Amino acid sequence: MTPLLKVENISKFYGRRIGCKDVNFDLYPGEVMGIVGESGSGKSTLLNCLAGHLDPDTGEVLFEMRDGALRDTVTMSEPERRMLSRTDWAFVHQHARDGLRMNVSAGGNVGERLMAVGARHYGNIREEAVDWLGRVEISETRVDDRPTQFSGGMQQRLQIARNLVTGPRLVFMDEPTGGLDVSVQARLLDLLRGLVREMGLSAIIVTHDLAVVRLLADRLMVMKDGYVVETGLTDQVLDDPQHAYTQLLVSSVLQV
Amino acid sequence: MSDYNFAYLDEQTKRMIRRAILKGLAIPGYQVPFASREMPMPYGWGTGGVQVSAATLTPEDTLKVIDQGADDTTNAVSIRKFFEKTAGVATTEETAQASVIQTRHRIPEEDLREDQILVYQVPIPEPLRFLEPSEIETRKMHSLEEYGLMHVKLYEDIAKHGAIATSYAYPVKIEGRYVMDPSPIPKFDNPKMEMAAIQLFGAGREQRIYALPPYCQVVSLDFEDYPFEASKADHACDMCGATNSYLDEVIMDDAGNRMFVCSDTDYCASRRKAGHLGAQAAAASAALKETAA
Repeated sequence: MTPLLKVENISKFYGRRIGCKDVNFDLYPGEVMGIVGESGSGKSTLLNCLAGHLDPDTGEVLFEMRDGALRDTVTMSEPERRMLSRTDWAFVHQHARDGLRMNVSAGGNVGERLMAVGARHYGNIREEAVDWLGRVEISETRVDDRPTQFSGGMQQRLQIARNLVTGPRLVFMDEPTGGLDVSVQARLLDLLRGLVREMGLSAIIVTHDLAVVRLLADRLMVMKDGYVVETGLTDQVLDDPQHAYTQLLVSSVLQV
Repeated sequence: MSDYNFAYLDEQTKRMIRRAILKGLAIPGYQVPFASREMPMPYGWGTGGVQVSAATLTPEDTLKVIDQGADDTTNAVSIRKFFEKTAGVATTEETAQASVIQTRHRIPEEDLREDQILVYQVPIPEPLRFLEPSEIETRKMHSLEEYGLMHVKLYEDIAKHGAIATSYAYPVKIEGRYVMDPSPIPKFDNPKMEMAAIQLFGAGREQRIYALPPYCQVVSLDFEDYPFEASKADHACDMCGATNSYLDEVIMDDAGNRMFVCSDTDYCASRRKAGHLGAQAAAASAALKETAA
């Protein structure tokens, strides 16, 4: 099997400080990769480099296009990259308001990506939007409400629907459960797990919450000070951490 | 002759504006930035249109100025006087006589010719502005032809009102490339934009000029199942009886009486001169005859 995403020697510096350095990994179709680490460890920098929001200083991000060829998304032209990010890629922000249009109705938010790739039939767009709201457990009666009238958990679910509507193959998630209370988190995780399995999505999830990666991720990457210190299967890394920092991280989780 | 340079602006400024106009004509629908000058009138009163007119006028031109279709409203009268004083050009209220027509919010009913120029006053040139506040982002969207957002606005209209409720400043796509704000003309006028005359758009506060060469393709955006419709009040003009012109609704009294009249005053007057009479005008002249007899 060929990887969907091949990351080679990605480094990003902020002046003389390290954002992330020499990151290498492959992501295979249908695989979910978790990136954990404390605040400031370079998780988000890495994710933004991969998703094309930041320009990495060195390295390549090779993505398997629909024709099967691997293309470097760092050097690809901006129109191509933006096209990718509204079709094959999705980005779920930590704060739903960064990823949503707050003054546009829920249906419009979900429909935006469809219209961006050329959908011009109102009835079909709306039908698709209602279908997707249903899949993220938002009632059809809320389709014309604005996200400002939604709760935090609903906003986050709406953001997920808006991202998945074009059937992306790769989803980037930056702390998707941050700022939500635990019961809402649990439902969201359940939903995400279902969607990832059902659609065969590949995903890269950045989080500091080990419970999230335990539930969702197949593989885990632990970062500290911009370096990857440990990688492996999720259960393996969490149950038998090798690096001192990973041991600290795992033991810091409160056991209830 | 007055002490002003011809048409108020100095020659260097006019040259700068003409360059922007030429660039605009070369890239139809593209917003060309220009160094808009302070004009002796407040922003929102047509500073952009006036600068474009000033750069376009020659001493031989005949100028017509309309505001919402009318020649006799404050804005139209003052701008006409302004150019009478600073350029000394001939002015007219007849569409056919004019070589340059400056307009606010309307296109004249009468078809324009190849030797005429229509200058629009534009308040907000960016059609994406209300959806995307960042100018950097909207420029990028124009350059990459990312216009999905424009349809989000129309989607919202249908979701909220059951139909595309945008009735003026209705977005258009030019020659399959740039999405453009046609200035706040009623959408009834949109189909007229594929015309023989040159169309120039000036936004003074926003410092943008854009233009359409003659016979440019102008397509109003819509959905397959909600096609564009050039709407007007379903009525005939009460003064001249025209059924194909854009109408203003005038409230007559507190009893709910109203009349519909052509918003294009020159069109209405010339039709009445040719003997056409609308319902209320006919009733009034009959009443007049009765009192005389």
